[in-house]
Amino acid sequence: MKNKVYATCSDAVADIPDGAVIMVGGFGHAADKPQNLITALRDHGARDLTLIMNGAGVSGSLGIGSLGGVPFTDEEILIENGQVRKAICSVPASLVMSKPGAFEKRYLAGEVELEYVPQGTLVERIRAAGAGIGAFYTPTGVGTLIEEGKEKRVLDGREMLLEYALHADYALIRAYRADTMGNLIYRGIMRSFNAVMAPAAKIVVAEVEDIVEAGEFDPEIVVTPGIFIDRIVAAPGEDKK
Amino acid sequence: MKERLDRQTIALRVAKEFPDGAVVNLGAGIPTLAANFVPEGRTVIFHAENGVLGFGGVPEKTEDENPYYLGANGLPFSAQPGMSFFHHADSFTMIRGRHIDITVLGALQVSEHGDLANWTFPERGIGNIGGAMDLASGCASVIIAMEHVTPKGQLKILNNCSYPLTATGCVDRIFTDIAVIQVTPEGLVLKETAPGWTPEEVQSYTEPKLILAPDLREIEL
Repeated sequence: MKNKVYATCSDAVADIPDGAVIMVGGFGHAADKPQNLITALRDHGARDLTLIMNGAGVSGSLGIGSLGGVPFTDEEILIENGQVRKAICSVPASLVMSKPGAFEKRYLAGEVELEYVPQGTLVERIRAAGAGIGAFYTPTGVGTLIEEGKEKRVLDGREMLLEYALHADYALIRAYRADTMGNLIYRGIMRSFNAVMAPAAKIVVAEVEDIVEAGEFDPEIVVTPGIFIDRIVAAPGEDKK
Repeated sequence: MKERLDRQTIALRVAKEFPDGAVVNLGAGIPTLAANFVPEGRTVIFHAENGVLGFGGVPEKTEDENPYYLGANGLPFSAQPGMSFFHHADSFTMIRGRHIDITVLGALQVSEHGDLANWTFPERGIGNIGGAMDLASGCASVIIAMEHVTPKGQLKILNNCSYPLTATGCVDRIFTDIAVIQVTPEGLVLKETAPGWTPEEVQSYTEPKLILAPDLREIEL
């Protein structure tokens, strides 16, 4: 069987080509962001990327998620490095209006593209891609700018919009622990977008706090079965830095 | 100038709306504060869209904060019996699927039809939808907690919203620093006024014509 364990984050992202569509996991907290893979992708330098993520690198605007307000790494370093062509996300702008983020500055300057997706629609489009579902109808966004250009139907007595699955070439996610088969377990709020993106991309890379031999953790607690995961890499966690 | 309720007091009034056993999602700003004022004897199950239900309050000591226990608002929470964690697709299954009883959201504008605008305004050129569209259209009841007018004195309760909408016809009740207003098919019904405020004074800060509730009273605090 193919060995899924990679020695470093750099090795795990080394083949990402220019123009790739990449899902980046996490809601926006230090604990659920694949910070080490993001840093490796910045150092790798692939350009012209489309990122599918919850926020366009805006976690730092509030310092949220790191204890004591210590800033942490998110997608913003890829945007600042000029690697991102387009963001598909629900939170593209800084959470503090007086401190605009790298993405919104570039967007307002016309340098990057943005597709707004409501958060629940975003995660369901990701889920659909992983589940082999082509599209679905949802009431979210009816009567707003989100409905522009979309097919509308009345179902269960409500207007609903047709939304398509969102596919990606790569997903970079974070979990708490992996076994050598790629089975993942999480801790607290880490599941967020990570567990949903795991089935949704062609190549899924998971950074975890540590990797154990298959059989070392109880199969009853596995959240992400290993068949969804292509590469695993051990990376230091928030409480080990 | 008459005294307006402060943000904490608006939150205190909002929290009285939570029935025992309700599942509630709180938005950023004044709504978040409502968690501190759940009436004695009631248990409320709070939902955070990043994947936790039934969490407790902010830990009293900084050293008890846990990086894996952070809500959608970025605040640390404590573990509590019955708490559960889940991924984002399940989290929005709860929201869209009407499993959340009440969401409390802030607003930039609310219309007399219950339309909500709370994610951006045209001059910004960009904005954050986040989970607001799903919460506003998916939760069984949508409560707005906000200041009645903007800091510059512009009206926020309008005949029609001029800012980009979050959802249409979704708002049930509006709690402000001067009034409590119910959205009904007949129009906006003024239910309560802040201490010292007359209905005419509340009307002067509200564009749509207010219908006075038969049992109109002072906000009980």
